[in-house]
Amino acid sequence: MSYKCVVLIKQVPDTRAITGDAMNEDGTVNRSKLASIPNPDDLHALEVALEIKEKFGATVTAISMGLPEAAQVLREALYRGADDAILVTDRRCAGSDTLATSHILSCAIKKVGADIVLCGRHSIDGETAQVGPQIAEFIDAAQLTCVGELKDVDKNSITVRRVLDNGWQDAKAPLPCLLSVTDQANEPRVGAATRLMKYKNATTSANYDGDVNELREKNLLIEQYDLDQIGVDLSRIGFNGSPTKINRTQKVILEAKEVKEISPTQEGISAMVKELIEDHSIN
Amino acid sequence: MVDVNKKGDVWVFVESLGSKVEDTSLELVGKARELADELGVQVGAVVLGSEIAGLDERLICCGGDKVYMCQDPLLAHYQVSSYSKVLCDIANEYNPSIILFGATSVGRDLAPRVAARLGAGLSADCTDLQIGSHKDSVTGKTYDDILLQICPAFGGNVIATIINFDKWPQMATVREGVMKMPELDRNRKGETIKHTVNLSKEDLVVEILDELVTEKTVDLKGSDVVVAGGAGIGSKENFKLLWDLANALGGVVGATRPAVDLGYISEEHMIGATGVTVRPSLYIAAGISGALQHQTGMWDSKKIIAINTDPDAAIFDVAHYKIVGDFNEVIPMMIKAIKAKC
Ligand SMILES: Cc1cc2nc3c(=O)[nH]c(=O)nc-3n(C[C@H](O)[C@H](O)[C@H](O)COP(=O)(O)OP(=O)(O)OC[C@H]3O[C@@H](n4cnc5c(N)ncnc54)[C@H](O)[C@@H]3O)c2cc1C
Ligand SMILES: Cc1cc2nc3c(=O)[nH]c(=O)nc-3n(C[C@H](O)[C@H](O)[C@H](O)COP(=O)(O)OP(=O)(O)OC[C@H]3O[C@@H](n4cnc5c(N)ncnc54)[C@H](O)[C@@H]3O)c2cc1C
Repeated sequence: MSYKCVVLIKQVPDTRAITGDAMNEDGTVNRSKLASIPNPDDLHALEVALEIKEKFGATVTAISMGLPEAAQVLREALYRGADDAILVTDRRCAGSDTLATSHILSCAIKKVGADIVLCGRHSIDGETAQVGPQIAEFIDAAQLTCVGELKDVDKNSITVRRVLDNGWQDAKAPLPCLLSVTDQANEPRVGAATRLMKYKNATTSANYDGDVNELREKNLLIEQYDLDQIGVDLSRIGFNGSPTKINRTQKVILEAKEVKEISPTQEGISAMVKELIEDHSIN
Repeated sequence: MVDVNKKGDVWVFVESLGSKVEDTSLELVGKARELADELGVQVGAVVLGSEIAGLDERLICCGGDKVYMCQDPLLAHYQVSSYSKVLCDIANEYNPSIILFGATSVGRDLAPRVAARLGAGLSADCTDLQIGSHKDSVTGKTYDDILLQICPAFGGNVIATIINFDKWPQMATVREGVMKMPELDRNRKGETIKHTVNLSKEDLVVEILDELVTEKTVDLKGSDVVVAGGAGIGSKENFKLLWDLANALGGVVGATRPAVDLGYISEEHMIGATGVTVRPSLYIAAGISGALQHQTGMWDSKKIIAINTDPDAAIFDVAHYKIVGDFNEVIPMMIKAIKAKC
């Protein structure tokens, strides 16, 4: 039996590396100054898919929705062992909230078909952790969120350990199933050098002047779809189709408190402690 | 999709363990009370489970007007398939205007799935909820009395206000401790409504093979004094000094995310946007720069002492006592002063 695995990979700005020159004057983040990377949890999701492929037999398709540049995160999935890759890119995606994003991605998943869909638990930019369960709903699949370990896959089911607020749970769900994977699940492999040499030339048809079939034969084609090709309901996406809207964003302004400067000497500190005991901050 | 129902109540999805309602749910009932009063509607609390008798009383004392009791042996263990079915059914029947969930393992698993089925918007990890209005810049139309869902975005540098004016109910998740625990009012009256659940075994899709539920070992939220350390503490050994100070004060030790990532202390001690929110009487921050993601978890503390070698550290912006100095020297002085007074 060969399972069909789909891994969802989002291209995100590396928000963990925000430095001074990535900040705008108004205090917002200048995303163009941040490196774009595959969302960290998604590499753990990919690793689970590759584990399923190696232990139980599977094909692994990576899908990303984003700007044409997001082809890069798909290349990185190919370096690590994905069999093929699909980029959904369309200007009409702009402004999509999680529900709209999930609708679009679920249409792409339905187009290729999947027994097991894997995504990251959450992205490091949007951070909502909502896309996984919402896709599961739209493709009518079972869901296992917060996966910390893959246990078993058999003909009709998948078993994992979920990591929860206070402990863990071993759960078995029927296929098709969506897993949202945490960074505790595994140590993602780095891309193999031979694969890297081969797949660094993988590209979408939009970026290729030659015969696309040639690319496809060499397995170097990143399939690119727009919304019409995957049957998206346009009333459910973009700014207008998204239920949530951003009413406003504001830079964080901290209220100034009355601050007392205390000298770092025993006298200074003892006086402060005395004051805190008197006003019952210390009992 | 549920219609926009301006007269709809403000609901809370209630989580319970044994005979106890989870704190997160009680905190949300407190917030729902405020929102409902502003809207002139009622607070509904929805309880699902197999043995839930008695929980309604507590929810009413905390501010609930109507408690919907969905009792069924098939609801003994949380599962997204069965719980989402019951919750969507009851939401379709009563048409609430707002549904709030705790941002817990259960809430995060359930809320997005319910939102997807209802075609509703959902915002994650709100730090505040208010009632207000929104003017649509395209149509020029103004929407009054809608839920303003306030949450940090872009790594916390910006506060975004999310709204949802046409696809209801308005849904949001909130982390434990973010909203204040409401005061108990034993004289409050409310109504208990038994809701008949329509489930069969087929609705239990997932098989739970084994599970381990551990008690929380650190009670950051319940503690009156928190001594927190950041990356500036430099090592696990140095963190011992913070434990000594916490012990002298009868408090607990907290930490920033880098301190946890660097292995100085375990994750359950983390304070901030992705950790716990605390409001102790006294918060001592040592070797902490004061990034917004950390501040959002501690700035409501009644008194804040900050110790940092950098006089321009952002933590001083929220501090009441500013000590520019090395924690290695300052903390022993504090311990000495405290021991002398007791
Ligand atoms: C300031 C701000 C606030 C926002 N607040 C909300 C809000 O409250 N509610 C709301 O519904 N939307 C909100 N959004 C929109 C939301 O961030 C986007 O819809 C985003 O595309 C998906 O959400 P996420 O990054 O939180 O995904 P998560 O749910 O955190 O992602 C989980 C996993 O889903 C997969 N995935 C997600 N997106 C993609 C993709 N494009 N391609 C491939 N795989 C993907 C990945 O595997 C990822 O690890 C907000 C956006 C902004 C800018
Ligand atoms: C999406 C996201 C979510 C996040 N969530 C959280 C969260 O929940 N909680 C959280 O804490 N962080 C969170 N962070 C990280 C946050 O942005 C900051 O990076 C973090 O709070 C900084 O931690 P710090 O103050 O320990 O370290 P640093 O910023 O490195 O500061 C160390 C400080 O120690 C001082 N110092 C050094 N030596 C000494 C000494 N001997 N004595 C006194 N002072 C000294 C330095 O002057 C410096 O100010 C998050 C980040 C992102 C992107």
